[in-house]
Amino acid sequence: MTPLASYLLVAALLFSIGLAGALTRRNAILVLIGIELMLNAANLNLIAFWRYGPHPELLTGMMFAIFSIAVAAAEAAVGLGLVIQIHRHAHTTDLNQMNRMKG
Amino acid sequence: MSFVFYILAALTVAGGLAAMLLKNTVHCALALTVAFAGQALLFLNLDAQFAGFAQILVYIGAVAILVVFAILLTRGSETPRDGVFSGTWLVGLVIAAGVFAVLGWAVIQSIPVLPHETAVPAVTVLQIGNALVSRYVLPLEIVAVLLTAAMIGAVIVAMHEKEGQK
Repeated sequence: MTPLASYLLVAALLFSIGLAGALTRRNAILVLIGIELMLNAANLNLIAFWRYGPHPELLTGMMFAIFSIAVAAAEAAVGLGLVIQIHRHAHTTDLNQMNRMKG
Repeated sequence: MSFVFYILAALTVAGGLAAMLLKNTVHCALALTVAFAGQALLFLNLDAQFAGFAQILVYIGAVAILVVFAILLTRGSETPRDGVFSGTWLVGLVIAAGVFAVLGWAVIQSIPVLPHETAVPAVTVLQIGNALVSRYVLPLEIVAVLLTAAMIGAVIVAMHEKEGQK
C-alpha cells in the first residue's frame, strides 16, 4: 500500500468516528467535538495530498489546510458561545431536550 | 511505510475513539487533545512543519481550552443518568459505518493510480509567508475579517443579558 493510501484510510476512519459521535452523542458540546474531528480528518487529507501531489512547491494543499484550520477555529468559538447561551436559557445541553425554537 | 506512522495513526484514532465513547465530558475533552496532538505529529511526519505547529497552537492551545471552558460553564461534566448516547444511536452508527465503507472502498480502489513515495518537498516557512502575502493575500484578508466577525459574534452571543436591560 502506498503511503498516501494509508493516510487517506486513517483520515476516513477519523471522519467516520467524528460522524458517529456527532450523530449519536446527546451532549451538544460533544457533537461539536465530533464536527471538529471531521474537520481535522479533512485537513489530514489536504496535507497528505499536498505532500504526495505532483507540485508541492506551489503550496496549494498547505494553504487550503491553513485556511481550513482558521475557519474551524472560528466555527468552534461561535458554536461553543451558542451552547453556553442555550444552556443559560434552557438549563440543559442535552440535545433531546432542546426541541423548541421559541424561548 | 514507516513504523512511526502506525504509532501516530493508532494514537490519533484511539484519541478520537475515546473522545466519542467516554462517559465523562471532561475526559472526552482530554482525549480530544490527544487526538489533536496525534494529528499534529502526523502533519510533522508528512513534512508539513508549519501546519503541524499551527495545529498545536490553534487546536491544543485554543480549541481544546475553549471546549474545557464550555464544559465547565455548562456543568456538562455531570454524566446524565439515562446514558450519554441518544435513543437512535444504532442509526447513527450504521450511517457512520456506511460512510467509512464508501470512503475506504474508494481509497482501496484508487491505490493503483495514487502517487508513490516522492522526494521531500523543500518548503520553508519563509516561502509559506511569502505566498500568504502575495498569491493568497485575498483569502488571508477574508479570513482576517471572518475571525474578527466570529470573535465579536461569539462575545455577543455568549454575553449575559440582565433582565430589563435589553
